[in-house]
Amino acid sequence: MSGDGQGGPRATGFFHEEPLSFEYPPAEQGGVALRPLDVPAVDPAAAMAGAALRDDGLAGLPNLSEFEAVRHFTRLSKLNVSIDAAMYPLGSCTMKYNPRINEVVAREPALLHAHPLLPDALVQGTLEAMHRLQALLCEITGLPAVTLQPAAGAQGELTGVLLIRARQAAQGERRAHILVPDSAHGTNPASAHIAGYSVREVKSGPDGCVDVADLARKMDADVAGLMLTNPNTLGIFERDIRRIADIVHGQGGYVYCDGANMNAQVGIARPGDYGMDVLHLNLHKTFSTPHGGGGPGAGPCLCTAELAPYLPVPRVEARGGQYVLDWDAPQSIGKVSTFFGNTGILVRALSYILALGGDGLKEMTQVAVLNANYLRLHLRDVLALATDAPTLHEVVFSDATLAQHGGITTLDLAKRLMDYGFHPPTTYFPLTVHGALMIEPTESEPKAELDRFVAAVKAILAEADRDPELVKTAPHLAPRRRLDELLAARNPVLRWTKEPE
Amino acid sequence: MRFIPNGPGTRREMLAQLGLRDLEALFASIPSAARLGRDLSIPAGMSEPEHVDWFRALAARNRGATFSAFLGAGSYPHFIPLVADSLIQRAEFFTSYTPYQPEISQGTLQAIFEFQTFITLLTGMEVANASVYDGASATAEAVLMADRLAKGRPRALLAESLHPYYRRVVDSHTANLEIRPETLPLGGASGRLDPAALAAALGPDVSCVVVQQPNFFGVVEDLAPLAREAHRAGALLVVVVTEALSLAQLKAPGALGADLVVGEAQSFGVPVSYGGPYLGFMAARRGHVRQLPGRIAGQTLDAEGRRGYVLTLATREQHIRREKATSNICTNENLVLMQALMYLTLMGAEGLRTVAAHNVSLLAYLLGRLPPGFRPAFSGPRFNEVTLACPRPAAEIVRGAIARGIVPGVDLGRFFPAHADKLLVAVTETKDRAALDRLVAVLGEAAR
Repeated sequence: MSGDGQGGPRATGFFHEEPLSFEYPPAEQGGVALRPLDVPAVDPAAAMAGAALRDDGLAGLPNLSEFEAVRHFTRLSKLNVSIDAAMYPLGSCTMKYNPRINEVVAREPALLHAHPLLPDALVQGTLEAMHRLQALLCEITGLPAVTLQPAAGAQGELTGVLLIRARQAAQGERRAHILVPDSAHGTNPASAHIAGYSVREVKSGPDGCVDVADLARKMDADVAGLMLTNPNTLGIFERDIRRIADIVHGQGGYVYCDGANMNAQVGIARPGDYGMDVLHLNLHKTFSTPHGGGGPGAGPCLCTAELAPYLPVPRVEARGGQYVLDWDAPQSIGKVSTFFGNTGILVRALSYILALGGDGLKEMTQVAVLNANYLRLHLRDVLALATDAPTLHEVVFSDATLAQHGGITTLDLAKRLMDYGFHPPTTYFPLTVHGALMIEPTESEPKAELDRFVAAVKAILAEADRDPELVKTAPHLAPRRRLDELLAARNPVLRWTKEPE
Repeated sequence: MRFIPNGPGTRREMLAQLGLRDLEALFASIPSAARLGRDLSIPAGMSEPEHVDWFRALAARNRGATFSAFLGAGSYPHFIPLVADSLIQRAEFFTSYTPYQPEISQGTLQAIFEFQTFITLLTGMEVANASVYDGASATAEAVLMADRLAKGRPRALLAESLHPYYRRVVDSHTANLEIRPETLPLGGASGRLDPAALAAALGPDVSCVVVQQPNFFGVVEDLAPLAREAHRAGALLVVVVTEALSLAQLKAPGALGADLVVGEAQSFGVPVSYGGPYLGFMAARRGHVRQLPGRIAGQTLDAEGRRGYVLTLATREQHIRREKATSNICTNENLVLMQALMYLTLMGAEGLRTVAAHNVSLLAYLLGRLPPGFRPAFSGPRFNEVTLACPRPAAEIVRGAIARGIVPGVDLGRFFPAHADKLLVAVTETKDRAALDRLVAVLGEAAR
């Protein structure tokens, strides 16, 4: 086995077999250049008498010189594919370009080093940025109130459902259920559960849209509301959105809208205008903040005036020319983040919106939808569309015709795309489509790259006809071949130890 | 728009292939009743120079940037080696997504595995996850996890000396579940939780005891007797750490009987950034791993027998389990995890020990020079943060100090009306003798 760290790094070309930092031999010199201590050094054992102190000297921690650390992380980085390096068409994840200007302005030292408990008068810049972002998100969504506090989409969802719960409780109601379509993202039912609801599933029709008759049957006075993704996970705008909202409202319920797909409608349609009561946004999707290998995100939650009294505290208000944190909300659900939320991410989203402006935001939406439909047009003859209904920012195919090509699966096609230099699309989601392949190119991809992607899919299908094993054993050119996930789960090795656990 | 490569000519060609007249035709499926029907009321986009100027001017309105501040209370400014920020700006780290395709995400996955190892070593625990949003969400998730492990024990006992914002997040997460959070009042003069008081509050209906170390008032708890009492009653001890640097100085909670160690790792190389993004961590015993929420990386082999890493134990998670998942958490704070990992790797054992020792010495220097009328409010040991009893309301002290260019600490009246005479002061290695001398002088003047 190579890359076991015995004897230091080995290489496969410039994909280095990089050991764990814990496996590096201890550096002889290096360390960091701390400010020298200019007060008397005290003995911690004396200064902290009565406290149990660490007596292992932090044994087992790695010890790398600065340059070894730079090389370690640089080599690790090269084992990752990124949106900067390759088309990364993950459906529902919106992997678009992350403009560098966002990174530059978010690192303004006075913003970056502002402590969250500084008095409001000393952080007027940060509060103004947050106030401005609140107003922009309200205009974009058509909803009048917002909290920026949720740290990610799932936390925004939970916040939204808690608002509904609090509103109904204030009216003396305690409803037991919430409706979630079968095509929804798994965080929807999980969030509903934490908010104390049991989930009732609503069927979607063959076109992926909510089965309105099924909704009408299941929506009753014991149902708090509906959690709806619009456009849905097939990329389809719910044709009957108004009727859906009316059915839910008619029974005293509320519609929570999952805004994961907001990038299909910015500047075109606003959830607040078509009957949605609560909405969360994924700023790391529509508003270009970096995905960072899995976070940090930000999931602001917007709502109607009726639900606004229950929003988390604090929110930013403008009063007499000053921006202040408003904690005065006696009906609030409380807090969902330690402080104000992921402020650094919120600043990046503001930067993006200001760079694009109103026209640019609409153009973003238009070209994202154009690119997705262009891929749909050129792939629909070789892959099976999940639905014939018109789709917006993403397109989903099933595996209905894949097996004709030497018996390959969605997974095989995805893995082989890596050998062609493309990150695979989202696979096996939504669960309602067999062997789903969900493609979202975003507005960032130039037409030539879309053409290359189409050509790669066609080439792989032709390869599979000739030599299916080649595809079934892909990838061949990635830093690793297929990894054994069963082994990882059966015998969990979750940290490095000197001797195997 | 400059971030979009396909211009008007290309768009026309693509539309023509699609048989569409114009871009508007792409949206024909959106019912007209749902359309906006006007332009967004948002000004035109800014040029790059205007944009940068706008943000510089905005940042300049954060007057606090020029103040010497002694603020902690869950967010700690520390020295950050410059090279860490340069490394996390590698596009391969910050513009990649969750490593669901492990063959082309080994950089992120190996980094998570290294981070998990660091966290287990620092906390004295056996397993750790790939982070959650922040310390408060880690604490709420720990209470939910203890509830699942303890089955049918509805009470959770939380120390009054737990960060009050953490408590509010726990409350919002448990409000609609069969979990009853209760408060263990702050004990006597030491500021430490009293094991006898804990024993009196415990019972067979308690799932967990939640204690912060050092606690919100800066006092280092005596964990071992608390663990004994909790375990005697069949409850789990959850230790919450908000100042992660203290783990370099204090005995690992896992070695003192903690069952879950969770908290905030912002101190490890993450700027205070007005409260986020931060880094919640969770560490547990191996036997509890299947109830641990969030992503976890594990080691495995590829088809050629080479070592590699994958996200594992996914059957805990919502994309598989939906409403039966351990948590609704999907994302982690991966880029912040990378920052912390780079910090820990660059600092090493010696760097961490040295910084922690500097914090202790700097606080000791301050405590030796307190002006008349100021004294530590509690007698228990402390690391780099202290609650000072003041001769006047803390809010007045803070106001007076700000007029002199210093933010001397957090007025505890903001959190606890009963402690309106107390100031919570944090001293980290970002301060030197001159800064401390100035603080002493200003406190004296503000008290007059």
